[in-house]
Amino acid sequence: MKYIDEYRSRETAEKCLDDIRRRVTRPWVIMEICGGQTHTIVRYGLEDLLPSMVSLVHGPGCPVCVTPLEMIDRAIAIASRRDVIFTSFGDMLRVPGSASDLLSVRAAGGDVRIVYSPLDALKIAEENRARHVVFFAVGFETTAPANAAAVREAALRGIKNFSVLCSHVLVPPAISAILDAPSNAIQAFLAAGHVCTVTGFEEYFPLADRYRIPFVVTGFEPVDILQGIAMAVHQLEEGRIDVENQYARAVRREGNAAAKKLMSEVYEVTDRHWRGIGLIPHSGLKLRPEYHAHDAERIFDVGAITPAESSACIAGEVLRGLKKPGQCPAFGTACTPEHPLGAPMVSSEGACAAYFHYRGSASG
Amino acid sequence: MCLAIPGKILSIDASGPLRMGEIDFGGIRKEVCLEWVPEAETGQYVIVHVGFAIGVLDEAEARKTLDLFREMGDSGMPASE
Amino acid sequence: MGNDNSHPFTGPVCPVPLQRYPQILLAHGSGGKLTDQLIRELIAPVFSNPALDPLHDGALVDAGGVRLAFSTDSYVINPIFFPGGDIGRLAVFGTVNDLAMCAARPAWLSAGFIVEEGFPMEDLARVVRSMNEAALQAGVAIVTGDTKVVERGKGDKIYINTAGIGLVPGGRKVSPAAVRPGDAVLINGAIGLHGVAVMSFREGLRFSSQVESDCAPLNTLVEDIYSVSPNVRMLRDPTRGGLASALNEIAREAKRGILLDEHAIPVTEEVRAACELLGLDPLYVANEGKCLVFVSPGDADAVLSAMRKNPAGKGSAIIGTVTETHPGRVTMKTLVGGDRIVDMMSGEQLPRIC
Repeated sequence: MKYIDEYRSRETAEKCLDDIRRRVTRPWVIMEICGGQTHTIVRYGLEDLLPSMVSLVHGPGCPVCVTPLEMIDRAIAIASRRDVIFTSFGDMLRVPGSASDLLSVRAAGGDVRIVYSPLDALKIAEENRARHVVFFAVGFETTAPANAAAVREAALRGIKNFSVLCSHVLVPPAISAILDAPSNAIQAFLAAGHVCTVTGFEEYFPLADRYRIPFVVTGFEPVDILQGIAMAVHQLEEGRIDVENQYARAVRREGNAAAKKLMSEVYEVTDRHWRGIGLIPHSGLKLRPEYHAHDAERIFDVGAITPAESSACIAGEVLRGLKKPGQCPAFGTACTPEHPLGAPMVSSEGACAAYFHYRGSASG
Repeated sequence: MCLAIPGKILSIDASGPLRMGEIDFGGIRKEVCLEWVPEAETGQYVIVHVGFAIGVLDEAEARKTLDLFREMGDSGMPASE
Repeated sequence: MGNDNSHPFTGPVCPVPLQRYPQILLAHGSGGKLTDQLIRELIAPVFSNPALDPLHDGALVDAGGVRLAFSTDSYVINPIFFPGGDIGRLAVFGTVNDLAMCAARPAWLSAGFIVEEGFPMEDLARVVRSMNEAALQAGVAIVTGDTKVVERGKGDKIYINTAGIGLVPGGRKVSPAAVRPGDAVLINGAIGLHGVAVMSFREGLRFSSQVESDCAPLNTLVEDIYSVSPNVRMLRDPTRGGLASALNEIAREAKRGILLDEHAIPVTEEVRAACELLGLDPLYVANEGKCLVFVSPGDADAVLSAMRKNPAGKGSAIIGTVTETHPGRVTMKTLVGGDRIVDMMSGEQLPRIC
């Protein structure tokens, strides 16, 4: 496939690796904060190919993993209602709530459907006027405009039986939260490429300045990631602190103006609780008052929700890059994709699941 | 939520409420919303995420990156921009 | 074997944690870990006997000195007509292939129909005709059968069960135990075609050149392989759960490791594009007319040539080797040179969005 295959070439990957090997003189710790990048790194076995002085750390780049437990429980409660068709991206269905998951709701007879696009969910609402369609709007800035578009279209076309359960999260505040933690050892960041296709990377300059950390906006294919790492290593070795763009074919500094405008019309920033991490101020999006008629959280009163997290799960430490999945005592034993204790083992973009699947249960 | 792949615009339909396009992904045809890439033209590649084009792929930049890789084999210097 | 569950809108099912659910889930039929668990823990131990216990594609029985292979399969696929085939064709070739994977020469099939009230007579006629054509193509006879009708809503259009008997020529013995380190692993063509053909039909994916199911009989291919080599260790047709599941089963049963080369695994452009779009891994997508062949390293090239000459083996390739290391595990050298494990699927593959 064009613009994908070229970035999976062994030869090109070797060149990037050679470049890194030649340049690196000291140990460096680099974090990526995108489930897609985590996935590529583990799936292609990139970490073992890198010189041992370069350590890769995985951040909370999986929006499925960081969706608050309370929100999952709320989704389950709404999906269990007979008058609701609950629609979602596939990944959300197996995330464990306090007592159940969306897939179990479906097995018990709930109408839970996987959609590829929020517009599909809207279409279902148009075709099923007698029931209410709820869409689980989860994701980073990459997905927020698409979900916003569905809400806006619903409002414009008067599709009253459509609402979204909104749990969007923003990347830059999470980066601040991670770098604010005194225990963090991160020296450079790979910024999520497609998030930046939408937002641009203007807001990373103040972050680079404040924390004195280099940023490289990076793509998702193995060669992209290796080149992003190479660029980060160069900055680190040269003592430069800059925001560079490896993914120039898909990212411009100003981002996508139309998408950003739509986001600001439909959403406003809010505080958001990240599962495993805690409250990060101004790190989420919620629907503006004009769109409250399509806010599932307001429409459905599901009573009090008291979330109960597994005590053995160390997702928070994994998501903040403090521990690798293999360092969790439950990894591969009490916690596997078959019986997960937390979200990172369930989402295919989660670090724990990626390690388990591509490196085995005995991996470190 | 980052899975987005590049596809080629085969045709554009601006007649409905949303600007839509027929996109080719390595042989698969799908209808994609082009509302946020008003400048995109038939024949160009767009990056598509959950049914929406989030950006136009800059083919000149893509070529630049690949050219740099080729040069890297010779001089050993990386891309830095 | 073509198990693909049906409901419109829901599409592919999510992988499911292997908790002890008190009810059967769709994932129990997907061919991955849950199916395996269901059979090994709930069903097989109850019936246990020497012919059943190996749990291969078919059972080998001795009928007064004549070695027979006996196999059965049920087909519940929806849609019943799809690009490259239909439920009838699948039902015939599925059982023919299970027998061929026992190194048997398939001869006689049974066909059991469970038809839903309201199913169009014309569709039934079409399915039956298709089965006849398939039987003729494979050189087998459908010698007995049964027909039942269930009330509207109590069946999904039509379910078909086929069972088959084949004769196993002397000197042929395939089993995981025969697999040795150094053995070559071959496949007879591109993977993921059946799954993508069916899924794309259901999901409404349109292709510029339609992906068709690779549904085909493998018995003549197996004969061609045996004509050039007696050192065939193991045969398996990777159906539900894809290449990855079949290889994991063999690795586990053989207590050997298998090392694959990602570059060598044939995948068509369209299947790759569909998998990219849906966030699927072709290694886990269902096949129908595909055959994994484990053969001694010395005979690998001869077998490859023979396979490529057969219409069912045009795209054949050597995709890996059996190893001493990591017994029970399947690993792969990736496109860029790194290593990864190819795990067994836990439920059914989830279309990734993230």
